[in-house]
Amino acid sequence: MNMSGLKVPSQQGLYNSSHEHDACGIGFVVNIKGKQSHEIVKQAITVLNNLDHRGASGSEPNSGDGAGILMQIPHKFLKNSCEGLGIDLPDSGRYGVGMIFFPGDREDRLPCEKIVEQIVEEEGQTVLGWRKVPTDNTSLGKTARASEPSVRQIFIGRSDDLQDELDFERRLYVIRRRATRAVEEAKLNIREKDLFYIASLSVRTIIYKGMLTTRQLEGFFPDLSNPEMESALALVHSRFSTNTFPSWKLAHPYRYLIHNGEINTVRGNQNWMHARAAQFATDKFGDDLSRIMPIIQEEGSDSGRFDNSLEFLYLSGRSLPHVMMMMLPEPWEKHESMDDNKRAFYEFHSCMMEPWDGPASIAFTDGKVVGATLDRNGLRPSRYYVTRDDIVVLASEVGVLDIPPENVIQKERLQPGRMLLIDTEEGRIISDEEIKQQIATEHPYRQWLDENLVKFEKLNGKSKPKPTDLPHDAVLHRQKVFGYTYEDLKVNVGPMAENMLQPVGSMGNDAPLAVLSEQPQLLYNYFKQLFAQVTNPPIDPIREELITSTETILGTQGNILDPGPNSCRQIELKTPVLANEEMDGLKNINLTGFRQVTLPILFESGSGGEGLEKALDQLFEDADEAIGEGANILILSDREFDRDRAPIPALLAVAGLHHHLIRTGNRTQVGIVLESGEPRETHHFCTLLGYGVDAVNPYMAYESLSDLIREGHLQDFTFERAVKGYNTAVVKGVVKVMAKMGISTIKSYKGAQIFEALGISREVIDRYFTWTDSRIGGIGLDTIAEEATLRHKRAYPDIQVNGQVLDEGGLYRWRRNGEYHMYNPETVHKLQHAARTGDYELYKEYAEHLDRQIEPPPTLRNLLGFNYESEPVPIEEVESVESICKRFKTGAMSYGSISQETHEALAIAMNRLGGKSNTGEGGEDPARYTLDENGDSRNSATKQVASGRFGVTSEYLTQGREIQIKMAQGAKPGEGGELPGRKVYPWIAKVRLSTPGVGLISPPPHHDIYSIEDLAQLIHDLKNSNTKADINVKLVSEVGVGTVAAGVAKGHADIILISGHDGGTGASPQTSIKHAGLPWELGLAEAHQTLVLNDLRSRVKLETDGQLKTGRDLAIAALLGAEEYGFGTSALITLGCIMMRVCHLDTCPVGIATQNPELRHKYKGDPSHVVNFMRFVAQDLREHMAKLGFRSIDEMIGRTDKLHQRETEHWKAKYLDLSPILYRPEVGPEIGLRKLIEQDHGLDNALDIQSLMDICETALSNAEPVKAKLPIRNINRVAGTIVGSEVTRRYGSVGLPEDTIHLIFKGSAGQSFGAFIPKGMTLELEGDANDYFGKGLSGGKLILYPDSDSKFKPEVNIIVGNVSFYGATAGEAYIRGMAGERFCVRNSGVNAVVEAVGDHACEYMTGGSVIVLGPTGRNFAAGMSGGVAYILDQHGTFADHCNPDMVLLERLEDEKEIKKVERMIHRHGEYTDSNRAWKVLAKWEEMIPNFVKVLPKDYKRMQQAISESEKKGFSGDRAVMEAFSRNVADKARAAGN
Amino acid sequence: MGKPTGFLEFERKATPYRDPKSRIEDWNELNGELTEEELRRQGARCMDCGIPFCQTGGELSGKSLGCPVYNLIPEWNDLVYRGKWREALERLHKTNNFPEFTGRVCPAPCEGSCVLGIIEKPVAIKSLEQAIIDKGFEEGWVKPEPPKSRTGKTVGIVGSGPAGLAAAAQLNRAGHQVTVYERADRIGGLLTYGIPNMKLEKSVVRRRVDILAQEGIEFVTDTEIGVDIPADELRKKHDALVLAGGATRPRDLPIEGRDLNGIHFAMEFLHADTKSYLDSGHKDGEYISARGQSVIVIGGGDTGTDCVSTSMRHGCKSLVQFEILPKPPDDRAENNPWPQWPNIYKVDYGQEEAKEKFGEDPREYQVMTKKFTGDGKGNVKELHTVRVAWEQDDNGRFVPKEIKGSEKVWRADIVLLAMGFLGPENPVLEQLKVERDERSNAKAEHGSFDTNIDGVFAAGDMRRGQSLIVWAINEGRGAARECDRWLMGSTELP
Repeated sequence: MNMSGLKVPSQQGLYNSSHEHDACGIGFVVNIKGKQSHEIVKQAITVLNNLDHRGASGSEPNSGDGAGILMQIPHKFLKNSCEGLGIDLPDSGRYGVGMIFFPGDREDRLPCEKIVEQIVEEEGQTVLGWRKVPTDNTSLGKTARASEPSVRQIFIGRSDDLQDELDFERRLYVIRRRATRAVEEAKLNIREKDLFYIASLSVRTIIYKGMLTTRQLEGFFPDLSNPEMESALALVHSRFSTNTFPSWKLAHPYRYLIHNGEINTVRGNQNWMHARAAQFATDKFGDDLSRIMPIIQEEGSDSGRFDNSLEFLYLSGRSLPHVMMMMLPEPWEKHESMDDNKRAFYEFHSCMMEPWDGPASIAFTDGKVVGATLDRNGLRPSRYYVTRDDIVVLASEVGVLDIPPENVIQKERLQPGRMLLIDTEEGRIISDEEIKQQIATEHPYRQWLDENLVKFEKLNGKSKPKPTDLPHDAVLHRQKVFGYTYEDLKVNVGPMAENMLQPVGSMGNDAPLAVLSEQPQLLYNYFKQLFAQVTNPPIDPIREELITSTETILGTQGNILDPGPNSCRQIELKTPVLANEEMDGLKNINLTGFRQVTLPILFESGSGGEGLEKALDQLFEDADEAIGEGANILILSDREFDRDRAPIPALLAVAGLHHHLIRTGNRTQVGIVLESGEPRETHHFCTLLGYGVDAVNPYMAYESLSDLIREGHLQDFTFERAVKGYNTAVVKGVVKVMAKMGISTIKSYKGAQIFEALGISREVIDRYFTWTDSRIGGIGLDTIAEEATLRHKRAYPDIQVNGQVLDEGGLYRWRRNGEYHMYNPETVHKLQHAARTGDYELYKEYAEHLDRQIEPPPTLRNLLGFNYESEPVPIEEVESVESICKRFKTGAMSYGSISQETHEALAIAMNRLGGKSNTGEGGEDPARYTLDENGDSRNSATKQVASGRFGVTSEYLTQGREIQIKMAQGAKPGEGGELPGRKVYPWIAKVRLSTPGVGLISPPPHHDIYSIEDLAQLIHDLKNSNTKADINVKLVSEVGVGTVAAGVAKGHADIILISGHDGGTGASPQTSIKHAGLPWELGLAEAHQTLVLNDLRSRVKLETDGQLKTGRDLAIAALLGAEEYGFGTSALITLGCIMMRVCHLDTCPVGIATQNPELRHKYKGDPSHVVNFMRFVAQDLREHMAKLGFRSIDEMIGRTDKLHQRETEHWKAKYLDLSPILYRPEVGPEIGLRKLIEQDHGLDNALDIQSLMDICETALSNAEPVKAKLPIRNINRVAGTIVGSEVTRRYGSVGLPEDTIHLIFKGSAGQSFGAFIPKGMTLELEGDANDYFGKGLSGGKLILYPDSDSKFKPEVNIIVGNVSFYGATAGEAYIRGMAGERFCVRNSGVNAVVEAVGDHACEYMTGGSVIVLGPTGRNFAAGMSGGVAYILDQHGTFADHCNPDMVLLERLEDEKEIKKVERMIHRHGEYTDSNRAWKVLAKWEEMIPNFVKVLPKDYKRMQQAISESEKKGFSGDRAVMEAFSRNVADKARAAGN
Repeated sequence: MGKPTGFLEFERKATPYRDPKSRIEDWNELNGELTEEELRRQGARCMDCGIPFCQTGGELSGKSLGCPVYNLIPEWNDLVYRGKWREALERLHKTNNFPEFTGRVCPAPCEGSCVLGIIEKPVAIKSLEQAIIDKGFEEGWVKPEPPKSRTGKTVGIVGSGPAGLAAAAQLNRAGHQVTVYERADRIGGLLTYGIPNMKLEKSVVRRRVDILAQEGIEFVTDTEIGVDIPADELRKKHDALVLAGGATRPRDLPIEGRDLNGIHFAMEFLHADTKSYLDSGHKDGEYISARGQSVIVIGGGDTGTDCVSTSMRHGCKSLVQFEILPKPPDDRAENNPWPQWPNIYKVDYGQEEAKEKFGEDPREYQVMTKKFTGDGKGNVKELHTVRVAWEQDDNGRFVPKEIKGSEKVWRADIVLLAMGFLGPENPVLEQLKVERDERSNAKAEHGSFDTNIDGVFAAGDMRRGQSLIVWAINEGRGAARECDRWLMGSTELP
């Protein structure tokens, strides 16, 4: 590597270090009584070592991403060490220790030391001396070593004027902040100044950390092995970063915390924190405040920023638990049974701070208390043991520390929103209830709220929405002012009101980006929604609604450091969308503490960028003045538009003012409310909120609705209902968009800027949308003004032409005079005709239309030109069509979204070509694994594994040549999917292992991937399930996808697919199709560049897809870095698709995207059409290759020097700068630029390879029974899966007779124990287990019970982690003890018995049965559409914990069923010797009435329908089909189906 | 939008013609009616396609594709389905000034490109179009809407056919003072005198012209520019001109015997007939009557069909229609795939009437007329024909080749030549020195419509050559837009 090997590279090309992510393993060990010992340190290091697999290394295995330990100051050790140095340390508490990284060379170090010393003196403290911390870098890799700092400790004596430790701690904080800034700002002529870093400076705690692997930590710091190194508590952290760039600073722990997860809203949180600063005032710091600003500055990472804020709030007077409750509040808004004091605490604090939202497991300490808490949704695992000898061990996994089973008195896990707190001074564990009750009652929060917080709905009274008085023509005119089209009404506004939902569409987006469009575009359209993929999970706001919140707060936030009754003198809005009457209420507000001012957002039409800028400046000035005069609600209004004054694009006004007020420190003084005719689609509201608006009144949407009702378009509709419906749709839509990023409250989404701009100039971004990514520049204020003026002019033409109606639009469906679409009558016709007739010339006509270099350019790649060689290569020397076609793939389209005919045609065609078709997420009929008579194979080469895991069985996985993990999909990244019951035809249900007629839900996240190390785990699982298959990870292009790809490469994916935003879909919200994600050109280029910079490119193949249509597209993809290419829509078009865009309606008239047998008869496609097309594209590509001078694709990869940005006259595109896309990182020849090295999947270390395969040999080869006992540890991940895959390979889906392979393990099992194991395998585990137990179970049997020596009561202790039996399809399981969250999520066939479960159990379940012999957590059965659960509810509380949306609660009454349940419990007793089981069975008759049966409504209805059909005399498949048809026709079906 | 499953539930049902037996007894419009419910079902059949090929407009591989005025077909189909007739009318008028004409006489390329046509019979688009506009008139929704203000500019329009009328309507809407010049005694061009009354009732034309007049357009009849008024004078009189004089020069058949009596161009026959009908209900006898005559129509197109049906109403004794091309297939040929205009065998209204009366389709295919012979009194008596086969020549073009032994003689009293048109005949082009294209049409780009003479625009058949009414409307609208832009510097016209 070049210079980039020495430090994090600066921004170059599309790479930007600010997009780096990390995720980690965390743990702590604490002695509850505060007894210090070296044992604690040793144990903590052992924990760290056992979390090794949660960290990662880059291209060098011995350069880790970071590891560290945070503990109490080891006074004895330091005292002794310092003696030798002539430093006489005073008593503990009288001195502070700093752990400081310096540049390595002495002469570079000394000036830095001097600065530190000087500041210590200035702060009135004494430098007692320096100690060089001994380090041993022999085990370090060259990357880590190259950036290794010199580590030194400073000892600072406390001055006598400081009363207590905390005062001293504050002074040390000031010293640290000042020193850090002073060194940064000092003009020192030294190298590597940026190595300077104060890891810790405290009177209580010290941190040893570095860019190390977990196993290197102890060796690197010999101090840690010293027996005098004693502490009562120690927190450890192992980092998995997406990059491989060395950074010693980014290692955890931070000063107060360790964090596993990601703060999604951090950009907004930081802005708000900054905005609050002007109000800060506290006697704790007094005048020091100004010297420590800004609060958030030091570390780049989200965890660092969280730590900065936590530290500041803590030092300014709150306890650590209190601050944690503010920053990571429980989801209190929808909690059915929360104590009112606590609720009041949260509500009060929500007036001062928004939640820091995102998956998080955070452990924190101030050196005295140790605590840990989870995010509101519990998205990270954290388990802990309490031992007889007063030790608490908490970690991401169990089994990280060997503790004799008899010594464990409690096994628990952190629960969502709950806190674990250990006070070493009080010497006890303080329960969540106690600590929160104590904090919540410190002040009379409820009273404060009652007296001050204004509930908006009360303020506003009950005035009904009034329809508009304006005549139709006037409404029409006003609609034109804001650029309304007919489509806006027909696709968006009308249906939103009618259905209370976001409109849904299908297929991909083939219209140009806003910046490439000929039409004037609303500014919103330039902003693309970001979404979670890999490094954090999206969430499901529907099934997990209990954690979402839509409230917002309006008014003046006071001094966060001095809370009082007035801090909540604000208005609380239920949602941020205001009806007209509510707006009036706000405008006429007459309450102490509130003053509103309405400011116009208009500019002189036609006055250009200058006029627009002037108007904005005026707005900012007016706002400042209004605030000066005491206004605290600013209403931005465009109601007063007229012939001369056009509306300023509302987003520009809002974002501009928001940032202006952040800069002036006034933002938290006022609420910003928008009254505008412009917003109408969900995305509009999302961007407005994302850029800081507090509430929006979309008055033209209401006027339009009123007009639609009056004109009879919305029939049988009152205006009131329309407004309510529309508002509901908007709010639901916004919540869903937030959820894509894993954000669950509008309070934290507000201002979080979860967008990337595409086509906006840097100047506009920096000024009005500060800190937003906009990587290829674009239009400035001039063009924005021009677009606004064009809209305005259409409404106010010089001469009014009669007979005007709204323009058609054409964004969603092609229109002759509407927006351009790449698929249009000409291209579709030519492509189909060419593919059918084999006419290459016609294909060329099609390609010419799309490849054109004329205006307007439909895609970014149309703006690129080739640098052809003057001497082309003779075409016959170019890689053959046959060879090229092997790189071709078809898109992941599930069997279910498309018909059998189509699905199989694609498979046959791709198999003929040697390419790969993709199953999509719907499984595959095993009949397809047999060849057709003519030799064709219908077996899809790529098996997709998506969040629903439909049909993902052991057999399915072993049949793949490639296994693809779908992290996201271009048309709806960050979202799940739903197959409504009417589309689950019997043959679909069969393949998906579900029930016909019953809807299926794919959750937004993979429930086994909440972070990057989880993905690494799933990659490993799948590699175990089929060691011969390549693992492909599908990502969607967005800013930062490069760093994600780097992380995925480090997680050992073999192929990474970068999908464009414009890929197709069977059904997706329109807002996602249009506004989420980015073109593949950007994502692919970023991924390639980042992988090259990291030297990871040589380990993975890159693939791309998204509207690939011609050989030219592929040539550009190759030059930007892709080795393989996927086709979706184009392949379907060759088979007859004519872009009806009705896939979601099951009415595809050409039999492609439908299951309707009548329509499937209309299908006319043939595999040869696909083959023709693919060969044409390959030939087309060859022609480009010849001209470019390439003989093989391999030579082309990443050769952006063969591309240039061509000149364009397009009025918007001409401002784009594509050079970041064309950037080539400067690296040496040793860095591979395409896949050259196979990944090391570490299978050799797998338990299966090490021993199980040998043990099971006779069973595998002769089906002879095998039984064995062996130990297991948490580092033994995925036990039994390779053996399982061999069983399947040899015995097919039938497997082996029950218990043929019977393995008995003892210990703490690692993650994914028994994943995918088939029938005939029984794995028994004595001990406990981690997450993903029995993932994808395919017929095997799993038995789990505690160690026989253990003393705790199993039924109240956690014995298995989260997400057990995810996506399991068949098998049995018996678990003696409690399971964590999401037990049996997406189970479709396993019968399991367990003794208690955490939250969200049986979520999305579609089949199988679950018996819970004890209590359950909240939200049981959310999204459960099939299968059945039996809960032994002895306390009668279950109903409160169950999500009733889709299920019925019944009694256990049916004799047959009673027998079945009894039999299962009996087996549970026999297998696990469960006391609980035996007790229940002993009083069986008494127990029966205590069982609650949870039965999905649809499932029940279908089961009944089938039995009716059978009674009518139908049998088998015919009975099912008859029942299905009857069910579909039944209008009384349950909602959502 | 629409009813997603409509196409699965309902059969196509287009507006029926009246019973041929009774309709040849009168000159009234031949279209029957569909009930409101039937119409709404037909609207429901529309699939609201992602790519509505029906509204494409233009040509693909030499075949026309979809609607040339880009009618917003899916939108008004849906509105009809929902019973929103008035809004349907607004959406229809957005692209088409005269749906009552196209709804009656357009051959409906939209239906040929209808996506439903891939698997089923296409949506009855044309019937819906007619129903919408007829309802509009019935309900009084179509009213004169004079411009709110006037620009003070004047525009002269030469020709009052569909192109001229469309241009006039649009330019007037933009506030210009428009005068339309027509050489015939009635406004409408081919709409009035080219198409027989039963196909397009003249009251329908009249109704629209009246509205245009009420909106402020001035109509001057019986005035041929270049003859009655010198073209230069007209140019000086107006700020701009739009030339829409049609392509009325008929293709002749210069073979032996052509000058015999009884051989007429179709237009002579049709024009005189309609004029006499309008003037006097045929009482004045000022037309060429086929009563009791043997009629042969040469030409298998729409004009030929109009000649057939007119002759039928006159009460001809026998009727034969020659077509030089082969009989088209019953279904699309392989080289004529959807969404191209389907070249398939159809029975139009005239043939249906002849078949009803004489028992068979009057069309004879692949017939080439070699000569006419007379009765010795100067009247035509016989036609001598030969059958032709179409074969590809060296350039790959299909050319007719005579089939030996297929010679035949046909008896005829009246021969009507309906073989298409060659180009404009109007002297106006010469006087204004407007450049011509290789087909003698006024030379102007489609889209800009400007001729080599500043401020002079050309539209319709005069620019394009013989074509469809719907193309004429397209051109008239386009020329109006460009003319307005030229006059004002910018334009609000679509």
